[in-house]
Amino acid sequence: MTRPKDTNTEPAHTVGSGTTDTVTDTSEVDPYAATSRETTEGRVYTVTGGDWDELLDDWRHDERIVVNMGPQHPSTHGVLRLVLELEGEVVTQARSVIGYLHTGIEKNCEYRTWTQGVTFVTRADYLSPLFNEAAYCLATERLLGITAPRRAQVIRVLLMELNRVGSHLVAIATGGMELGALTGMTAGFREREEVLHLLEFLTGLRMNHGFIRPGGLAQDLPEGSEDKVRDFLKVMDTRLPDYDKLLTGQPIWKNRLRNVAYLPLDGCLQLGVTGPILRSAGLEWDLRKVQPYCGYEEYDFEVPTSTDADAYARYLLRVEEMHQSLKIVAQCLDKLEPGPVMVEDGKIAWPAQLSIGADGMGNSLEYVRKIMGQSMEALIHHFKLVTEGFAVPPGQVYATVESPRGELGCHLVSDGGTRPLRVHMRDPSFVNLQSLPAMCEGGLVADVIAGVASIDPVMGGVDR
Amino acid sequence: MSMADESKDLAPGRTSSAELSSAEQSEHETRGGVVAGRARQGMFGVQGWGDTSGYGELRLPAYVPPPAQRPYGDGFDELTDELLAAMHERGVPAAAIQQVTVDRGEITYYVRREHLVALCRTLRDDPALRFELCSSVSGVDYGVEVDQRLHVTYHLTSMTYRRRIRLEVAVDVDDAHVPSVVEVYPTADWHERETWDMFGIVFDGHPALTRILMPDDWDGFPQRKDYPLGGIPVEYKGAEIPPPDQRRAYS
Repeated sequence: MTRPKDTNTEPAHTVGSGTTDTVTDTSEVDPYAATSRETTEGRVYTVTGGDWDELLDDWRHDERIVVNMGPQHPSTHGVLRLVLELEGEVVTQARSVIGYLHTGIEKNCEYRTWTQGVTFVTRADYLSPLFNEAAYCLATERLLGITAPRRAQVIRVLLMELNRVGSHLVAIATGGMELGALTGMTAGFREREEVLHLLEFLTGLRMNHGFIRPGGLAQDLPEGSEDKVRDFLKVMDTRLPDYDKLLTGQPIWKNRLRNVAYLPLDGCLQLGVTGPILRSAGLEWDLRKVQPYCGYEEYDFEVPTSTDADAYARYLLRVEEMHQSLKIVAQCLDKLEPGPVMVEDGKIAWPAQLSIGADGMGNSLEYVRKIMGQSMEALIHHFKLVTEGFAVPPGQVYATVESPRGELGCHLVSDGGTRPLRVHMRDPSFVNLQSLPAMCEGGLVADVIAGVASIDPVMGGVDR
Repeated sequence: MSMADESKDLAPGRTSSAELSSAEQSEHETRGGVVAGRARQGMFGVQGWGDTSGYGELRLPAYVPPPAQRPYGDGFDELTDELLAAMHERGVPAAAIQQVTVDRGEITYYVRREHLVALCRTLRDDPALRFELCSSVSGVDYGVEVDQRLHVTYHLTSMTYRRRIRLEVAVDVDDAHVPSVVEVYPTADWHERETWDMFGIVFDGHPALTRILMPDDWDGFPQRKDYPLGGIPVEYKGAEIPPPDQRRAYS
């Protein structure tokens, strides 16, 4: 135990003899000082400790920090990458980098029939699939010069409003999570689950429904839908006030959101911002009111607005819009009358009716029996319509709906074929995300998170 | 020149104005207007193998959006008159608009690119027009065989008067340059970047025209018709299914 410790008495310099920047002469130079060398990327410091004050002093005066946030970051609302230039905690420049979820939906649509296009566009903005479908189908119907039957229109409105509730719940839930309000997150996703359960019952799928089709709907609502929707309305009527209790008056929530991500009306118009952000700046611009589609002019609802133009106002608007959506859903139930859900034109309407068999959902056995055993014409017709699709007269249209995030436009071009020549989704997330620098620059880093959450971009829609 | 005189310039067949008889306009007319589609053959839309149907000699010419005849209807007459008056006031020649098409309740102004920015500024600022919102800018590729195949479409919205119009600029693929409207509509920034990224249309004067959806070093412009969709054949129950762009098409 008393062995001398000087077994390793080799001179220290042999250890570092291979490196060029090691300080060897310890008698004159501070051994803890940072060394530096010039590279093509700028000056690179080798910090050995004890000199942070000096180092930060240097940076504070003439260097900015560029922070790369995302694309995989829990607070960027998806695969969004933010490049933030900081002076201390103040953001001097913010740029968003997108494209990480680019899936070529628009290009893919050009290689499918008009009906198959629904399956693609529904996946663009994945939180509001029914709006994508509705915009696409309204555009296709305008190209074809047809109108969906009344029952289909009412069901479309019903589904879209349910979807709006679900989408706003996610906006509040993920926004809450990003700001640290985890109870807001669990509550939001709990209620959204109710929406998704209901949508699954009504359309067959929780997301990416492919339910709204050119000419109407894939099929009618199942039996017992009305009761299910009424039950849902009851549940939501008791649950929605909880958000006011949990978040609206909560001091932390208010302090995090008030006067944050401010974007006044002129800024919104210049940047093309629509939806709750535009309405939070005071303009009552809701396409359901100003350019009604699917019969929205028959429904009684309010368009909430605010003049605060901050993140808190957008939160309040989203909560209020959910109440209004539920009001519309209740009115839809009263308007639902029996009738067809697809146009009569057999050259457009999908021939098969789906049913649930032992092996899941598919063409109904009755239908298969008919085309295979009874009517050769029906079989030919089915084959032609399913493989070839229907031809759409040439021309172009731009149809819009008010999605939870703003104006969702669908620009369709046909050259007379059975496939679209061009499908373009004008996604509100894509446009609204441009306003991020205007909202964040000059603010604190923490407020960038609140700003992104208040824009509520869905990267599936931004990148398509 | 009064408003009524100018509006006559837009009527098809009228080429009395000096501006309209310019070389470019005659070129536009010899081209047969705006070609928006490809010519078709046969009855069933199949291509690439022998004709067994007997309908192979059928020829369908490419679609050309017809110039609209006055009255346009839907309030588009008043709108066009206001536009022409405002253009006259601001010194934008009436020939900036090559053609007007009204189709399915939507109006399209086919615009010559030199006057695009001035026209957009007029549309935004004139009190009778007030197209405050540029909803969308995007491209369309009408196919390799079409002359001036690349089009840029601008969807403008007037929130004051609650109406929408479409501007369309057609360019050659070899000279795919369009002036940027970012100075008039800052929202066009990302739209134009996307259109550059997807179609390779250069927006002159854009502050930072870089790729936005594809990686910076990407080759080619994915939304062009001569850019392949890609994909691999998939085997399913012993049969091989080709990728979507190689399957039989009836379009």
